[in-house]
Amino acid sequence: MGAAVFFGCAGIAFGPALALVLLTVAAEPLRVIVLVAGAFFWLVSLLLASLIWFISVHLSDREDAKLQYGLLIFGAAVSVLLQEAFRFAYFKLLKKADEGLATISEDGRSPISLRQMAYVSGLSFGIISGVFSVINILADSIGPGIVGIHGDSPYYFITSAFLTMALVLLHTFWGVIFFDACEKRRYWCLGLVVASHLLTSGLTFLNPWYEASLIPIFIITLCTGLWAFFTAGGSFHNILKCLSCKQEDDSRVMMYSALQVPFED
Amino acid sequence: MITFMNNSDSEEEPCNERTSLMSAESPSVPSYQDGLQASEAGEAQAHRKRRTGSSRSPNNIADGEMSDSGVPVRESTLENEEEELTLKYGAKHVIMLFVPVTLCMIVVVATIKSVRFYTEKNGQLIYTPFSEDTPSVGQRLLNSVLNTIIMISVIVVMTVFLVLLYKYRCYKFIHGWLILSSLMLLFLFTYIYLGEVLKTYNVAMDYPTLFLVIWNFGAVGMICIHWKGPLQLQQAYLIMISALMALVFIKYLPEWSAWVILGAISIYDLMAVLCPKGPLRMLVETAQERNEPIFPALIYSSAMMWTVGMAKPDTAARGPSQQTWDAAEDGRENHRSPSHGDSQMSETRSPVPTRPITSLEELEEEERGVKLGLGDFIFYSVLVGKAAATASGDWNTTLACFVAILITLKTGKVLEVHAAVYWSPPVKLLICAVHQDLSAFICWISTSYIMVLEQNVK
Repeated sequence: MGAAVFFGCAGIAFGPALALVLLTVAAEPLRVIVLVAGAFFWLVSLLLASLIWFISVHLSDREDAKLQYGLLIFGAAVSVLLQEAFRFAYFKLLKKADEGLATISEDGRSPISLRQMAYVSGLSFGIISGVFSVINILADSIGPGIVGIHGDSPYYFITSAFLTMALVLLHTFWGVIFFDACEKRRYWCLGLVVASHLLTSGLTFLNPWYEASLIPIFIITLCTGLWAFFTAGGSFHNILKCLSCKQEDDSRVMMYSALQVPFED
Repeated sequence: MITFMNNSDSEEEPCNERTSLMSAESPSVPSYQDGLQASEAGEAQAHRKRRTGSSRSPNNIADGEMSDSGVPVRESTLENEEEELTLKYGAKHVIMLFVPVTLCMIVVVATIKSVRFYTEKNGQLIYTPFSEDTPSVGQRLLNSVLNTIIMISVIVVMTVFLVLLYKYRCYKFIHGWLILSSLMLLFLFTYIYLGEVLKTYNVAMDYPTLFLVIWNFGAVGMICIHWKGPLQLQQAYLIMISALMALVFIKYLPEWSAWVILGAISIYDLMAVLCPKGPLRMLVETAQERNEPIFPALIYSSAMMWTVGMAKPDTAARGPSQQTWDAAEDGRENHRSPSHGDSQMSETRSPVPTRPITSLEELEEEERGVKLGLGDFIFYSVLVGKAAATASGDWNTTLACFVAILITLKTGKVLEVHAAVYWSPPVKLLICAVHQDLSAFICWISTSYIMVLEQNVK
């Protein structure tokens, strides 16, 4: 049971993330750097949130179970808010980096667009957040043991894996939407992203009742995914074009005429 | 100025900070210069070399800055292209560094988590004589601080010793020391490691087979590291010996002492690099003046150019990592066989690395590579390994540490790009140095904090 569960849950949790990284990020060094830096930003937000929770727990009455539960919810909410705040901070940093890259590049455009950075940063938040959620569970799943022998749900491992997958995808979508909203100063979009993050986090508190938590979370993932797709400029037309693999010949002619006269002339 | 720029129509273009920063990265540039500018270029180069660890990218912008104020601006478009290329290469090189560091950390973490030997406490190095088995927290803290002081002073003494050796041209001594160190690492430590791994997985191996395996491993390793060998094999060996060294440190340094030492090393490195009379700085300057490579081996290089007798005096990187590495080695040996002679006793010191010594290989025809001192590998691996060893069963700390280390590897590069555009080279180098060490320090702090947090939550 051990190895099978381990590989299965790892595949469920990180399959999409791994595919996305291998196909889109691994080849470009700049994107890898954005990925790692994004992971670091998320970690710092987690550090701060844990500090706040830690202090609040130490200042409160340890015996009161309801209070501790309340503090846990409070800690989760603070963590979500801090994550979004750090996403914003990362946006600012990437914006500046984008300008810097554009300045020193030859044709005035930076080698990586802000949209790409939005996607990669969302993915990075998702991966590191997913890893932190599930890696200990995966480590335990190798070893000997029986899940839920004390009356907890026996589906713990697999639901955690699915939840992690949803979380990774959600963070990616939120990243895209968030950056776009910051660019276009659509603050209601920002609010909606934060609200959906809070909602998702709150739903996990329903947890052994997996129908009530997983299904809504997956619905939210789907909706956010569609929203992110349209935000990033996708459309039904694009999908058709992509699926039919049509070549765009005429655009090349346009590009040549848009070339500048060489400097030496 | 006008005489320099003859037929370019851009001769009126102001030689502002940006263009001057962008131009002239090639080593042939100094030939354009008059004597004054040549010496300035030399100084810029020296500054860059001295900057142990900041220049992880091939981005020699700052280096070229001083030297190109007279260069024709018609080169600027070429430079801009090169600039973008170097930026891309810079990112690529940072990634090229990610891979070996990650591999080393994976080896260390995998060993720590599976082989029990490296987490058992079986005594301490003689450089950390104070025990941490004291009842009170205050006493334990005091002991770890005292251990750190002793360790750091040993490091300082060794560094100074090495600098003196180098200054008075005792090359044979240094070479002998290095060869002895790598011999011990490749044979003795590998033997111990293999023994423990075999014990953990309950695999029997007879002595003849063992002898054959260790002999081949060690002999090929010596050849690859000290002479010539396929690049990837050499890289693999360097990663393996760094991992071995890190494992020794993780085993023999008591917990709190290890953390305090790691923190103190970052600070010490900062000071050693910045102080005018710092040993590392003197080493680099001497190497610079003599225009020669110092020590072979013990620098991880990702490019093909690196050979023992290479002409490019990329010496700065070598020295500090070199000495840290040896010291560690000898220290270990000392602990095991206290009957060694005084010379070796004095040579032992902490291998915990002096700061990341990364400098870009300058302008060879082949692809530019990146170098990283082995001390760095060891430092990072000890950090991650200690996190893995201490956080019983919890992977979050290890992962957090890992990400923080990757960030310290890359921030130097980003900072450099920014700094190159806005600040002058000496300031830039200073900032990179400070930032590098601060990042490592922050990484260390956050890891310690996470571990403390975990202890309390449990």
